[in-house]
Amino acid sequence: MNKTDLLDSVTMAKFVSNGYLRFDEIIPKDLCEESKEAIALGEMDAYDKVGAPFYSLWEHSAMGKIFRLTTVRAIIESLLGPNPQYDHHYIHNKKAHTNDTDSLHQDGTYDTRDFGFDLLICFFPDDVSEKMGGTLVVPGSHFRKVNSGAIGRYQNIVGQQQLVCKAGTILFMHSNLWHSGRSNHSDNDRLLFKLRLNPTVEQVRLWNTEDINDSEILTILGERMPWHSGEQRLENINRIRLWRYMIGDPTPDFTTDKLWGTKLDDMPKVIYQDSVRSLDMKDSVVSE
Amino acid sequence: MSESKYRQKILILYLGNASLNSEVVGWSLYDGTTDDEADIIDNEELPYKSVLAAMRDGWRVIGIPTINSPLIGREHKTDYLQFEFVLEKMELIDE
Repeated sequence: MNKTDLLDSVTMAKFVSNGYLRFDEIIPKDLCEESKEAIALGEMDAYDKVGAPFYSLWEHSAMGKIFRLTTVRAIIESLLGPNPQYDHHYIHNKKAHTNDTDSLHQDGTYDTRDFGFDLLICFFPDDVSEKMGGTLVVPGSHFRKVNSGAIGRYQNIVGQQQLVCKAGTILFMHSNLWHSGRSNHSDNDRLLFKLRLNPTVEQVRLWNTEDINDSEILTILGERMPWHSGEQRLENINRIRLWRYMIGDPTPDFTTDKLWGTKLDDMPKVIYQDSVRSLDMKDSVVSE
Repeated sequence: MSESKYRQKILILYLGNASLNSEVVGWSLYDGTTDDEADIIDNEELPYKSVLAAMRDGWRVIGIPTINSPLIGREHKTDYLQFEFVLEKMELIDE
């Protein structure tokens, strides 16, 4: 993989801040059609072996071609490394004129990792109109580890984004991002191919880091989300902690007007032992 | 079957902090006055700016969240929405 094909640091910071990246019409239309035919023929019905090296799978299939496109593979490599492993895939086919009830959720149960994450890849082979009730995500929810559907009572959250897109669009989501489907009130079925991949390396500096000192990164990490409200500072700390982990350096000077991370690190350890401990990196990537 | 001619609507408002006058950051509606199948998209418009605004429109507050200290070691963690207020209206139904 050429370094210049990988994501840059500014884009990675957006992923850390929002919990997902969206790439519109990244897949050519002919491959979208080919993938739909494969799905219709049942070629993708069976699960593959959990934990298999992902690029050992689907070598001669339409879906394999899609995930081997340089643009797609570069995004995956930037987030998970060059050799991710297969977790599972699923074909969501929301029939025309069907309702969806409370379904906001986080995939899986409580994630016990401090910083590492899987990737949920949502590929839309068809156009998705507003009436089709495409995937809804809650930006900035990925640090909130919950138990799967326990958040089903949250019907609407300020800032939620419901996907409307053209065929060939892909969402690359942090595995803990809150998401749901919505009712399909259109005359067409809504098709989504979801794939979950795991990292096999520590997720540190896997992207093109030439712009690692771009001042826009600090702005992105400090962006306010209205629904965070009184917990905005905590979310900023979470972003800074993940960013420090991903760049492999616990000491960047976040000398913005916010200073949340810097202030906490400046606390005398004897007095604020618990606070400091909670900010320590526990995935053992960064040496003292 | 209940002989009451009143049915309950539950509105849950999630606020930015513990004040009933702070901004709504999330909401849900459960309507017991109808047998129609609920659809979330009928409820996508922000209903009120605050709990206080809903009270002034006739909603009764029946649940107020407690303010809890975080567990030691989890002071900077976030998870569920903290400030969940439950409101109700009782409405007379047609027979």
